[in-house]
Amino acid sequence: MRARPPTYSKFREVQAELERSGAAIYRDTDGVESLVIKFPYQINYIHSYAEDSPFFLGLAEGKLRGSKCRRVKCGFVFATPRSHCMVCGSPTEWIDLPTKGRLHSWTTCHFGSEAFLKETPYNLALVEFAGVGSVLLARLKDCVESDLYVGMPVEARFDPNPKYSITDVWFVPSK
Amino acid sequence: MPARPKARSKGTPARRPTARPRSVTPPSKGRRVYMVTGGVTKFAKAHPSMDFRLMVKRAYDYALKDIPELTADRIDGTRISYFSDHFTRQLKAASMVQDYLGMNPKGSVRIEWGGATGGECFQAAYEAVASGRMDVCLAAGFETMSRVATWKGNEFIALASDTNFDFPLGGFYTGYYALMVIRHIYEYLRLQKFAHVKDEREAQRLAIAEGSRIMSLVSVKNHRNALHNPYAQYPKRLTVEDVLRSEMISYPLTREQICTMSDGAAVVVMCDEERAKEFTDRPVRVIGVGTGTDTMRLADRPFGKVPLLPHEKAKDYEDLPYPGVHSFRAGRAAGIEAYRHAGITNPNRDLDFIELHDAYASSEIQTYEDLGLCRYGEGYGFTERGDPFLKGIDYGFPTPNAGAIPVNPSGGLIACGHPVGATGLMQGVFAFWQLQGTIAKHFGDPALQLKDPKRGAIHSHAGTGSAVTVSILERGFR
Repeated sequence: MRARPPTYSKFREVQAELERSGAAIYRDTDGVESLVIKFPYQINYIHSYAEDSPFFLGLAEGKLRGSKCRRVKCGFVFATPRSHCMVCGSPTEWIDLPTKGRLHSWTTCHFGSEAFLKETPYNLALVEFAGVGSVLLARLKDCVESDLYVGMPVEARFDPNPKYSITDVWFVPSK
Repeated sequence: MPARPKARSKGTPARRPTARPRSVTPPSKGRRVYMVTGGVTKFAKAHPSMDFRLMVKRAYDYALKDIPELTADRIDGTRISYFSDHFTRQLKAASMVQDYLGMNPKGSVRIEWGGATGGECFQAAYEAVASGRMDVCLAAGFETMSRVATWKGNEFIALASDTNFDFPLGGFYTGYYALMVIRHIYEYLRLQKFAHVKDEREAQRLAIAEGSRIMSLVSVKNHRNALHNPYAQYPKRLTVEDVLRSEMISYPLTREQICTMSDGAAVVVMCDEERAKEFTDRPVRVIGVGTGTDTMRLADRPFGKVPLLPHEKAKDYEDLPYPGVHSFRAGRAAGIEAYRHAGITNPNRDLDFIELHDAYASSEIQTYEDLGLCRYGEGYGFTERGDPFLKGIDYGFPTPNAGAIPVNPSGGLIACGHPVGATGLMQGVFAFWQLQGTIAKHFGDPALQLKDPKRGAIHSHAGTGSAVTVSILERGFR
């Protein structure tokens, strides 16, 4: 036999009780009682970067790679790489992107997903590169909200201890 | 249009021709389709005493109660929508709705398309009837977002961004929309109002402050309208200062400019003309459907040309790289298709109101432009002049053009809540009641009833505009 879980009329109190004991009863304004339990879920996926792999391996070597359409008449250059051209459908080839660019847009996030809350505030940037047809989303470091503006020159930095993640590259203001 | 900003950095991606917009809409989208009833649960932070099946059942019972002739046996099949299996942690939850409603062994299918899930479900029911496959189709949608904490919920939502390139940077949709509005402000407001400011950084700062102020007008409007909507989650009277002073979430977007997590359900019943006449003397016809898409990653959006609406000219946008990250090309594509289907050549003249997917106050302003309520770049001025506001409601600031084309008379997502799979259907229900003239009956308050509206649009939108639906509804009775 287990004692009946404690009853609450505020949802927030129910959430707190789940953290403590794993079960609570919620009573709504009509007096209806509902049993609420904690229901954990954790999983490690086997995630292949597949055709995007050279980009992430490149980051680990301190290289920023984009892709360029192989069809001469198209030749579209993507800052965020893709193995086939979005404009004409032809295969692309890997190219080295410039490591210097400019802010196409930016923001400072004061919140984020649960997993990233401890990193707040952090800056996000869409970075544009000369002669490249699309942009790249990345973190922007060594600067604060009031420093930032569209068109600001930035340059890439690479994690000396790569995690094989897009966060292995970030940008900082160009000196 | 003002000239483009001179200070645009050299690295601005070269303008490239993009895939041509669809030039021809199929001449026929099938049989005439009517909406005959709908129902909505009150959207709330949490409904722990109702699971998703019971929420849908409540909305369904409400809808059927409105039409005594419409009994469960008259329904040929269903389309059921919810966005995230992560929130339900019950795969094939739509099957459980189907059996809870006693719909077996009728046909059904689950609809999912990110934030536009509800709008797609609305159109899936349209298609079932238009094609002749069903005479009567039930569209039902729900979401139960209270099952995880808010920031975990943000994580689930951000899994609908590219998990290789976008998610690991913060997993945060508000951040993506902030990137979009910073660029939108840069493209337009900076030059329209601050061209005289010599210092580029200062000009951009001032433009963002001005953009934030104008976005706050939208937030005040939607929360204020919702004071008369008993289904809304967060009706309230706010000032511009309240909105600006609320917590900064992702610069420049503040908490009051962003919709919240919700639990809720909504249903819509559609049928062919014969059944519509049998069921109700106040049917509403779906006269236009449109959809559009764009790249999942913001970073992949092209810099091409603006696909034009009938009342626009190419020279309006000669220098505008489009859509970039400042506008929603999917919304424009959906608008073009739906307007063409419905025979709309000037949305301001031909529509009486719009229920628009305002997940962010910024995206409401951006969408005014996508849907052609004003030209690209004029969204801020359009807001300030008051066109999308309701006449006769005091918002605490002047709204000289109020009533021109009310947008989100219900309060929209910002005030009603956004239980994703239900949201697009909720818009359908509110638009339906508007066109029927039954707002007073269903809201218990006549304040939001527009005077004699003939035609309205509903607009549903998935993450950063990766998919958008537009549906046009028209009063189907005299």
